[in-house]
Amino acid sequence: MSALRDTAIITQRQLRLLTRVPEVLIFSTIQPVMFVLLFRYVFGGSISTGQPGGYVQLLMPGIFVQTVAFTLAGTASGLAEDMKKGLIDRFRSLPISQSALVVGRTLGDSLLNIVVLAVMGIAGYAVGWRPSTGLGNVALGFLFLLLFGYALSWVGVLVGLSASDARVVQNVSFIVTFPLTFLSNAFAPTTGMPRALQYFAEWNPVSTMVAACRQLFGVENQFGATAGSFPSEHPLTTSLIYMVIIMVIFIPLSLRRYRNSLN
Amino acid sequence: MKSIIAEELVKTYDKGKVRALDSLNLDVEEGTVLGILGPNGAGKTTTVRILATLLRPDSGRASVAGIDVLKNPEKVREVIGLSGQYAAVDEILTGYDNLVMFGELYHLGKKNAVIRANELLERFSLTEAAKRPIKTYSGGMRRRLDLAASLIVKPKVLFLDEPTTGLDPRGRQEMWGVIEELVKDGVTLLLTTQYLEEADQLADEIAVIDTGKVIARGTSDALKKQVGGERLEVVVESAHIAKTLEIVSSVSGVKASLDEGLRQISAPVSTGSVALFEVLKSLDDAGIHALDVGLKRPSLDDVFLSLTGHSAEAKEESK
Ligand SMILES: Nc1ncnc2c1ncn2[C@@H]1O[C@H](COP(=O)(O)OP(=O)(O)OP(=O)(O)O)[C@@H](O)[C@H]1O
Ligand SMILES: [Mg+2]
Repeated sequence: MSALRDTAIITQRQLRLLTRVPEVLIFSTIQPVMFVLLFRYVFGGSISTGQPGGYVQLLMPGIFVQTVAFTLAGTASGLAEDMKKGLIDRFRSLPISQSALVVGRTLGDSLLNIVVLAVMGIAGYAVGWRPSTGLGNVALGFLFLLLFGYALSWVGVLVGLSASDARVVQNVSFIVTFPLTFLSNAFAPTTGMPRALQYFAEWNPVSTMVAACRQLFGVENQFGATAGSFPSEHPLTTSLIYMVIIMVIFIPLSLRRYRNSLN
Repeated sequence: MKSIIAEELVKTYDKGKVRALDSLNLDVEEGTVLGILGPNGAGKTTTVRILATLLRPDSGRASVAGIDVLKNPEKVREVIGLSGQYAAVDEILTGYDNLVMFGELYHLGKKNAVIRANELLERFSLTEAAKRPIKTYSGGMRRRLDLAASLIVKPKVLFLDEPTTGLDPRGRQEMWGVIEELVKDGVTLLLTTQYLEEADQLADEIAVIDTGKVIARGTSDALKKQVGGERLEVVVESAHIAKTLEIVSSVSGVKASLDEGLRQISAPVSTGSVALFEVLKSLDDAGIHALDVGLKRPSLDDVFLSLTGHSAEAKEESK
């Protein structure tokens, strides 16, 4: 019981970030919004799709997934920062549940995503994004996105606790997230890629997430590669399986790492 | 009763390559202040972190307020307060937010956490800055807030790791005042410092540590005695140096030494103020006016130098 309360207090602390430093929100949304504009108006013109409503319908799910994928970096650098400042020491010297700090942080960082996604959704709407399915499906799409962010946040915990300083954390997060988001179907068809990369892109969790969101928002996934493969036939199931796998592996690993940072 | 006991603590880092603690032994009587004095890398932080349950030693035993640190760390956390070497407060939150958050984490409940936060802000002269983010605080204010956070539930044992490092003289003075107040309330305090003067000022007993071992221990006075007695120092006009050397040497019984640059004549004395009086009287009889005269007790710097063969500061700089 008190473990839950401790976790809630830490979660609150993460959320308070929003009210105390609105810049955080501005910066974590400004980049994706720039991506929207860039792809929509600069590259979008040269990517031909037969998509009714235009390229932006395919683009938005890609941007959403890319944005939540950066939760990994957010959690990792936040935690590394806390470690460096000795804040983790202070928390750990308190008579509180020892996992509250990391659980609270992953929850808080994931809840921040709600706000970020809302801003992105509005930006998307402004440039012509119109999901063609009902409210239920759209909501489910966003739920998927939040859950994906949550799962990756746990990877971020491990990265943040393992790296020796904040710059390393930045680089590691970047190295993990960058290929995942670009070697995917998020922005362009994978069919132009070499064969091996196509397979990677096909099975890449970012691709399956993007495909799942496209499906839930009512767009045909024109950027998938090898039609007929399991992930392109069942993007929702595959994404869900990925998220479960990530959490099953990284939650215990990160918690253990946190406890072992005693040594 | 002993409030803190550490026995044969060993801690190595980097797979045994760095021996941070090398069979360290300590104990602190309830309600007293132990100052751990040592240069950079001596093992001060490592000791504090082990006692505050943040680090497990490779071997050895420790207890705090009668509770085994290794077997019951959760119990230990309920009775200690810790203020680490770097002020560990949330930069983004305000001072008030920080204290309320920590209060809630101590399970005071929102209402009591708020009351306690306001009390502490008042006590540490932070009320005015309470609603400002910590980012805008000076080093001294941060330190005070950090200390306040470690006092939310009155701890039985308090650990302060270098509480005044990085503060200007005024900030240090303020911090000393605050710590002296705390000690009056009867908390057992273990304090680490690189400043010999600080240990002298705040601690009942001092443990000098170097390379992970306690190399000397005792009251400040006892440590100073260990190094030797007092020295008498007189500064005079150049014209009077020869005569003064004669007078001081005869009172001391040992040939006095001269620092020509400072025009200072000094010699060891065993009779303290009696010797001082004798010298003043002889100088007066000889018609010499002393520009400065005094008895100098050995500083803890001298203690460190004679115990380790290197001075605390010298090692600090070479790092
Ligand atoms: N995490 C670590 N990994 C490797 N070596 C470490 C680690 N922490 C401390 N050490 C080493 O252990 C020794 C003792 O360090 P400790 O931090 O306890 O010293 P200290 O007395 O607190 O020094 P300072 O005055 O600089 O704070 C030093 O040689 C230090 O380099
Ligand atoms: Mg230290």
